Amino acid sequence: MHIPDGYLGPQTYGALYALMAPLWFWASRTVKKTLRARQVPLLALGAAFAFVIMMFNVPTPGGSTGHAVGGALIAIVLGPWAAMLSLSVTLVVQALLFGDGGLTAIGANTFNMAFIMPFSAYSIYKLLKGKAEAGSKRALFAAGAAGYLSLNLSALFTGVELGLQPLLAHKPDGTPLYNPYPLQIAVPVMAAQHLLFFGWIEAVVTALVVAYLAKTDPALLEPSTREKE
Amino acid sequence: MKSLWKLWIGLGLLILLTPLGLLARGTTWGEWAGGELKKMLGFIPEGLATLENFWKAKLAGYTLPGWNSPVLSALGYLLSAAVGVGVVIGLMFLLGRFLSTKDGNP
Repeated sequence: MHIPDGYLGPQTYGALYALMAPLWFWASRTVKKTLRARQVPLLALGAAFAFVIMMFNVPTPGGSTGHAVGGALIAIVLGPWAAMLSLSVTLVVQALLFGDGGLTAIGANTFNMAFIMPFSAYSIYKLLKGKAEAGSKRALFAAGAAGYLSLNLSALFTGVELGLQPLLAHKPDGTPLYNPYPLQIAVPVMAAQHLLFFGWIEAVVTALVVAYLAKTDPALLEPSTREKE
Repeated sequence: MKSLWKLWIGLGLLILLTPLGLLARGTTWGEWAGGELKKMLGFIPEGLATLENFWKAKLAGYTLPGWNSPVLSALGYLLSAAVGVGVVIGLMFLLGRFLSTKDGNP
């Protein structure tokens, strides 16, 4: 889901940078109000975990590969704003050092994976969990569903951004300048891969780690340890 | 919040297991290099050709340049994981210093 340089035209990557700038500013402000020094290692751990989990590539039929992101888990533990900062740092390091995702596409990739994903995951988790206890079956189902759905939403946005390119930027004869695959290909392919494969991995990883944390250190899953929304 | 040492150990184990991620071959959909697109489409979109190489990442593809044998590429992947995790953690602690208040100071 890491869009490389050259797949998005300037209108798209520019707009997404412009969209992310105030969100980063707001995230820093929100986190600054509530973050305690002793919680910093947890933020670092979250960002590092996302980095590593994205290195576990999984093959799909047809010779493509992909991976889970860990964004839902991080949102559930850190809250969405802190998760947004952690995931953004991870994505920036991936782009700068490893060429995973383009520099021009950092706005787009952080919008998809560091904004859409943690915020949707957090809302879905809260909504489905209701008042159930942290380690209960219902809470674990909520965590898995948050992982599955948030990764798919993130993939959907990625597919739309890619699929819009042939419409937005082409030569007079219609030859695309950036990503050559239109919406009717990009969206179904991104959706199918994540609905059928990667979403389930995200769901299992999220639910397993949340179950583990509920058992070993339930305080991590209580709102009192993270920022208040 | 108890001490996080078990989670740090878990992270270390995951780093050691990262070479498993190399078992999946092939390019992720929508992340092909220009050359791959040329094989698929017969051309490289012009804007893509101009933009795709403007940044040269030091550890592009989570490998070290020239470490191509299976063993070396696994080792390079592992090293990349360690370096990446180190940098991410360093940056997060730095960011955390700017954003956090002292304990007991709500």
